[in-house]
Amino acid sequence: MATQQTRTLGRVLLAPSVILLFLWMIVPLGMTIWFSLLRYNLLDPGTESFVGLLNYQYFLTDPAFFAALANTLILVGSVLAITVIGGILIALLMDQPIFGRGIVRLMVIAPFFVMPTVSALVWKNLLMHPVSGLFAWVAGLLGLPAIDWFTNWPLLSIILIVAWQWLPFATLILLTALQSFDEEQKEAAEMDGTPAISFFFLLVLPHLARAITVVILIETIFLLSVFAEILVTTGGGPGLATTNIAFLVYAQALLQYDVGGASAGGIVAVVLANIVAIFLVRLVGKNLDA
Amino acid sequence: MGKIELVGVEKAFGNVHVIRNVHLQVEDGEFVVFVGPSGCGKSTLLRLIAGLEDTTGGKILIDGTDVSDTPPAKRGLSMVFQSYALYPHMSVRSNIGFGLRMAGMPKEERNRKVEAAAQVLNLTPYLDRRPGQLSGGQRQRVAIGRAIVREPKAFLFDEPLSNLDAALRVNMRLEIARLQDTLGTTAIYVTHDQIEAMTLADKIVVLSAGQIEQVGSPLELYDHPANLFVAGFIGSPKMNFVTGQAAAARGAATIGVRPEHIAGSRTDGEWAGTVTVAEHVGSDTFLYVAVPGIGDITMRAVGEFALKPGESVYLTPDPDRIHRFDAEGQAMLAAR
Repeated sequence: MATQQTRTLGRVLLAPSVILLFLWMIVPLGMTIWFSLLRYNLLDPGTESFVGLLNYQYFLTDPAFFAALANTLILVGSVLAITVIGGILIALLMDQPIFGRGIVRLMVIAPFFVMPTVSALVWKNLLMHPVSGLFAWVAGLLGLPAIDWFTNWPLLSIILIVAWQWLPFATLILLTALQSFDEEQKEAAEMDGTPAISFFFLLVLPHLARAITVVILIETIFLLSVFAEILVTTGGGPGLATTNIAFLVYAQALLQYDVGGASAGGIVAVVLANIVAIFLVRLVGKNLDA
Repeated sequence: MGKIELVGVEKAFGNVHVIRNVHLQVEDGEFVVFVGPSGCGKSTLLRLIAGLEDTTGGKILIDGTDVSDTPPAKRGLSMVFQSYALYPHMSVRSNIGFGLRMAGMPKEERNRKVEAAAQVLNLTPYLDRRPGQLSGGQRQRVAIGRAIVREPKAFLFDEPLSNLDAALRVNMRLEIARLQDTLGTTAIYVTHDQIEAMTLADKIVVLSAGQIEQVGSPLELYDHPANLFVAGFIGSPKMNFVTGQAAAARGAATIGVRPEHIAGSRTDGEWAGTVTVAEHVGSDTFLYVAVPGIGDITMRAVGEFALKPGESVYLTPDPDRIHRFDAEGQAMLAAR
């Protein structure tokens, strides 16, 4: 923007979209903050009254909150680990010239297009079901007892389902990054007699750093709010074993009809997400600089 | 030692023959330039020598040993790539030392060699920077540094200067020439720029369509081109070719005469023509002249030759510098 005039014009022209986006964010946020300061229960309508930070006190001292916080972090961390490591390995495989590569790529990407409720149902009823599931059948063939996944390994089951959904995304991003690896750099490494392992850790992995950062950032945003998979399979249980923050807020609002408490939980979740985001951007965001 | 010998080397990608039956000897310490138009196979030939491509037929010998099936790292050659192929996340120091590190050289010795190479290439102040923080010429020097620390039997250069601007290209050309001279290491250099070829080479290999057209010292190629292709490729501006009667009068199918071997005059001469374009660059004057019955002729006069488009001019080719070619485009013996 060269002159004062064009700068002003630019601001004026940008203003509508900026204002709209700002309202879009601030109105729900403001309402949520307002509700979080009220005693507001749907079972007891018309009795809303201002209670200050009492809702926050309840939510933050609830043992369920710490369980949900731990579950959220475990879920996000494990899925990130599985998808990034698995994604790199699959991307490396798919980068090789193999017969039918186009089809293989399409198949690998497919899980990403399945909606979370459907994939959770498929996993619950067709794969992990202790009686009629595929895993139980395989275990039976091997003479092993069937595992009742959602009873014995509830959080692990959720992690597997979510990781399965996000693996294609990670693979896709990492594969494109891998394909942009400079051919001449590869040849220079070949001239230097670089062994495959060193080649991967010293050259390929640093090249992928930026793509890995993108995968981690984007996945974290979505994984903090995993919800459908939990609702469809375990309903947050057994006990609180698979309740994450998002599910806890849902339970507060729509199972206990406590809008005030749920709003407080929502605000806590927003704050937590921001803490994670700042932490992540500090940690890996420098990779995004040119 | 770095004597490289190609014996009947062939390369085909499917049905496409890129290199056909190439025989070549590169002596130890020699600076050999492969030159030719794009797609002539010069880069492929270099990559065959490097081992980045497998030969389809023939043998490649380095110091008398057949290396046709030896992996690139074991051939003892190092290559400077067109895009430099520096590792962007590593410092200049690590980039230069990477090959030594892969060879398992201890860190101290490695550092000493890297610093010695940096000294030679004036890179010492930049050792801890990353390639992205360097200019094009500096990156080029890092790429060269990476090649020299390995103390290879030969350097392979794949159009190393094509990403630099004109002024820098001239400087780097001089630097490469000086460096090769100091180190005395064999070098093979690929370029499409015949000026680079003429200035750098001890021996030029002119390639066209996967075949060697002629091998010789720069002046041999300039003075005695073996065929029309070499005659047209070496020299700038291009040699003038004349067919028809003027050629038949000298007993050839085509005669060629370089622009600098034509004398121009306002009053008399062998061919009368009209100037179509005149380029005055101070040191030289380039005239593009339409000569009826002969065709368009380029001539170069040293210094200023004040003629304008549309004016008539007489051209006289130097009879000692006329090249004669037969109907197949092969040079005929010098007899006039």
